[in-house]
Amino acid sequence: MIYATAGTLESNDCMITVTQHDQQEILIDSIVKEAFGDQILAVILDVLNQLKVKNIKVHIQDKGALDYTIRARLKTALKRLEDVK
Amino acid sequence: MSTITNGLGRQIPEGMLPYQGSDFFIKKHKRVLIDEVIVGGGHKPVYHQIAEIFDTFEIKDGMTLSFHHHLRNGDSVLNLVLSEIKKRKLKNMILAPSAIFPVHEPMVPLIKQGNVTQIYTNYVNGPVAKAIEEGYLKDLLIMDTHGGRPRAIESGELRIDVAFIAVPTVDHCGHGNGVEGPSACGTLGYAIPDLLYAKKKIVVTDNYVDRVKTIDIDGRYVDAILHVPSIGDPNGIQSGTTKPTRDPIQLKIAKNTAAFIEACGFIKKGFSFQTGAGGTSLAVAQDIKHVMKENKIVGSFASGGITNFLVNMHEEGLFEKLYDVQCFDLEAIKSYQRNKNHLMMSASSYGNPFDKPKVNELDVVVLGATEIDLNFNVNVTTDSFGHLMGGSGGHSDTAFGAKLTIITTNLLKSRLSMVKNKVRTITTPGETVDVLVTERGIAINPRRQDLIHLLKNSSLPIVTIEELLQKAHQITGIPKEMSPIGKIVGVVRYRDGSIIDSIYEVKGV
Amino acid sequence: MRRSLLFIPANSPAMLQNADIFETDGLIFDLEDAISLMEKDAARDLLSEYFESYKLEGVELIIRMNQLDSIYADDDLKRALSWPIDSIMVPKARYQDLVQLEEKLEKLEKKTKWEKKIMLIPIIEQAIALFEVDKIASLDRVSALLLGGEDLATNLEVERTKDAEEILLARQLVIYAAKAYSKDAIDTPFTDVSDKEGLIQDAKHAKRLGMSGKSCIHPIQIDDINTIFSPTEKEIAYAHRVIEAEKEALLNHKGVFSVDGKMVDKPIIERAKKLLEKVKS
Repeated sequence: MIYATAGTLESNDCMITVTQHDQQEILIDSIVKEAFGDQILAVILDVLNQLKVKNIKVHIQDKGALDYTIRARLKTALKRLEDVK
Repeated sequence: MSTITNGLGRQIPEGMLPYQGSDFFIKKHKRVLIDEVIVGGGHKPVYHQIAEIFDTFEIKDGMTLSFHHHLRNGDSVLNLVLSEIKKRKLKNMILAPSAIFPVHEPMVPLIKQGNVTQIYTNYVNGPVAKAIEEGYLKDLLIMDTHGGRPRAIESGELRIDVAFIAVPTVDHCGHGNGVEGPSACGTLGYAIPDLLYAKKKIVVTDNYVDRVKTIDIDGRYVDAILHVPSIGDPNGIQSGTTKPTRDPIQLKIAKNTAAFIEACGFIKKGFSFQTGAGGTSLAVAQDIKHVMKENKIVGSFASGGITNFLVNMHEEGLFEKLYDVQCFDLEAIKSYQRNKNHLMMSASSYGNPFDKPKVNELDVVVLGATEIDLNFNVNVTTDSFGHLMGGSGGHSDTAFGAKLTIITTNLLKSRLSMVKNKVRTITTPGETVDVLVTERGIAINPRRQDLIHLLKNSSLPIVTIEELLQKAHQITGIPKEMSPIGKIVGVVRYRDGSIIDSIYEVKGV
Repeated sequence: MRRSLLFIPANSPAMLQNADIFETDGLIFDLEDAISLMEKDAARDLLSEYFESYKLEGVELIIRMNQLDSIYADDDLKRALSWPIDSIMVPKARYQDLVQLEEKLEKLEKKTKWEKKIMLIPIIEQAIALFEVDKIASLDRVSALLLGGEDLATNLEVERTKDAEEILLARQLVIYAAKAYSKDAIDTPFTDVSDKEGLIQDAKHAKRLGMSGKSCIHPIQIDDINTIFSPTEKEIAYAHRVIEAEKEALLNHKGVFSVDGKMVDKPIIERAKKLLEKVKS
């Protein structure tokens, strides 16, 4: 399995793992899922669109990260995935 | 369950008295007092087994048993009684402990199996809170304030069959105090209403002596003494010395709080003050101490739960008196023993709205919150997810009585704003709350035009509470509203006996 | 004013999003020592997204880049020009390297049509750097010098102490070089975060020697440092009086004048002007 991770499980951060996959799959574990689950999904989809990444598995373990942190961690993870490939 | 709407627009169970305003029933109702239950002088019977107490006093199904929480998370007395209830398979017991801590976990199976079906308390945290919020308690949880509990007891609304009063040292006549003995806990303010009005009073001690040095528990009210090997664990009893916070955000909040108090002109001769025992509260107290020392100000009193920090301020001559309803650490216990102006207050003289409570003499109180809404209504009962994690304690009482009520909290905690459109549970009504201090600004309740006017040229970061909410949403994004969907499992009873809000079921994760 | 500069680890969201709460004059987003080698990329990405979302005003934005001879330096510089930063802090600064860096920045700024001119704050933290510290201070883009006491002590193979005797000469050389070229001299951080008294003593000492400000590693240090390095009410009032007296003297075609009974000459007037400028900023 080819995957890459970025971020931490510290408060206000999130850990994102991206795995090579034949379709798009997004798994969200968040301490504020009820309040911000939709927003987190929207941010992830936006970044994937921006970077024209279609088929990928994204798993986020969120400890209350703001949008900018989610974007950054996802971008870093995707870049690292490229390096691994 | 059918519900009605109360004066704050919250749904409460039909048939209960709806909240109508912070002084509505205080003005409307008269103080109701049932007769004190006096047993008389002389030697009291001593027992060594809890079973003997249950037999002698015929404790049976459906009775109401009460306890105080001065032993905090080191308490063994409530658990001792629970074990006997379990052994005898008693059912439908009503418990009235003034607070419940994680150490009281043995209550959980008794709740689930119906041995305990109703609870009256002022604060609940830990496994028992979890069991209650998940809907296992058959009847409603009734949460009073520290001032409302004595009101309920003295009026007969909460009739206690047997009060189990943990007393660290007791003599042959049932006289006792909380300062001597291996399980010393200091003052016993919360135990007084139970002592006076319960039908039967059992003092439970692990230090039975010939003569006690001081009498805080009057033996004339005592029916019997239960002498056990240990009433509690000192490590859990004394919460240990909390130090002022070192978190830079909390420090900024504390600094602004002290600056606000000073800017309002409160720090002058005769100043009276109360705050909690947490890190931020102590940081505020530290800043105030600094101002008082610099300006050589002598305050009249500090009150509430007493910590070594307040003891130091008293001993340095900054406060003439300490009014103590609860000792948090060893220094406070020692001070109560040696300082003649370190005085105990009963729960009633502390906060009972129908008494002449100390809270009404307070200048300033600094309190916390889990949530606060645009009307300054405060939640200290549940967290934002509806989990039961506290209770008013003295929050509503001091907020009512103090001339200046300040709430301190972070604006943001892990992407959640503490300022909300609507709080999950209202504990303390906004009309008694004056100021909110966060790391991103200070909001003054529009009801306090006098304060707004006084500080209009201040350099303090004063904004409106709407602006704080906006700021928070700007940073976090706008959250989806989280509304309660389960059944009502409990109610928050305001100090005057009316119901200010309901507590809803939260399914276990 | 540069009374206090706070180091913030660039890879910590919790610290980044609270950065605007602390009343510090400058924020140093640290890409060097605070970030592990494996996380340099994550730190840069986080800063990029952070600067997109946050518009910080009224505070100097600085990044501490990685050492110029490291594999990270190039990426740091490339990304730096997409961030709204005012200055770049350069660790283990040496004169020749800085000359080259200035040229590089010139090119990069032209390429990206960057409107601002990025300034440099070299960190003087090697014995050898102290023998060229005047040349370093003279560089066009250098607006301040930071003394790196910890690394310097390591370089000298001595213990770093609270009374700071071992770095006294370094402190003074940094100050003299800075003053010679009208640049700021920023003192090394006081690393014992729990010792408030120690911090105050150290900061007061640094001010007496001539430092214009001090860097800090924990927000709890900011208030004390700002207080110590702020001009006092007395100093500000005096400066105003000097400027007023100068105006009057000029009007009356007087060449020489006195304030508070003491004769005022050019250096005192200059000092007063500088102080009032600082207060205004």
